[in-house]
Amino acid sequence: MNQYETVFIVTPVLSADQMKEAVQKYQNYLKDNNAEIVHEENWGIRKLAYPIQKKSTGFYYLIEFKVDGQFISKLETEFKRDERLLRFLTVKLDKHAVTYNEKKRRIAKEAKEQKTEEN
Amino acid sequence: MAQNNSDIKYLTPIAVDTKKKKYCRFKKSGIKYIDYKDANFLLKFVNEQGKILPRRIMGTSTKYQKKVAQAVKRARHLALMPYVADLLK
Repeated sequence: MNQYETVFIVTPVLSADQMKEAVQKYQNYLKDNNAEIVHEENWGIRKLAYPIQKKSTGFYYLIEFKVDGQFISKLETEFKRDERLLRFLTVKLDKHAVTYNEKKRRIAKEAKEQKTEEN
Repeated sequence: MAQNNSDIKYLTPIAVDTKKKKYCRFKKSGIKYIDYKDANFLLKFVNEQGKILPRRIMGTSTKYQKKVAQAVKRARHLALMPYVADLLK
């Protein structure tokens, strides 16, 4: 079991429901293949640094998960076949990356808690 | 007037070629992982055209320069950073 992180960009032309469905599809696909989802992040609609398929914005979504290495090629072919996706990137996380991500999450969580306390 | 020019005296010796030693910022501050998602941070390692700055200028060690390059390339793929730009900064 290795830890991976994947970011994909969904076309902005979809409706909110369709967007959710696209994300859901991959969440289910991961779960069906014994993947353990560690973390998810929704970046929302972001401006792209350069146009992709004549679109200047994209809907970013990040999933961090643990699976066996063989599954990755299957996941990537699934990404390739999906026309709703503009881009995707799957990266294997080394131990430094894992600790970095955990730290980042902890800081974000603490900041959130502090905010709620203030309110 | 040429005489006057040669008579200029300085109170303190003028600094000529006092090179500041370059250092690797990652080694110094103990950064182990360079995040490709943090485009603002990676912006420090590219020039105005979006090209990766060489080690010779940044002073980064080989180990971390590789990681910087990898991170910048990943960020470009995800359209977080441009491949080509003009007046990025």
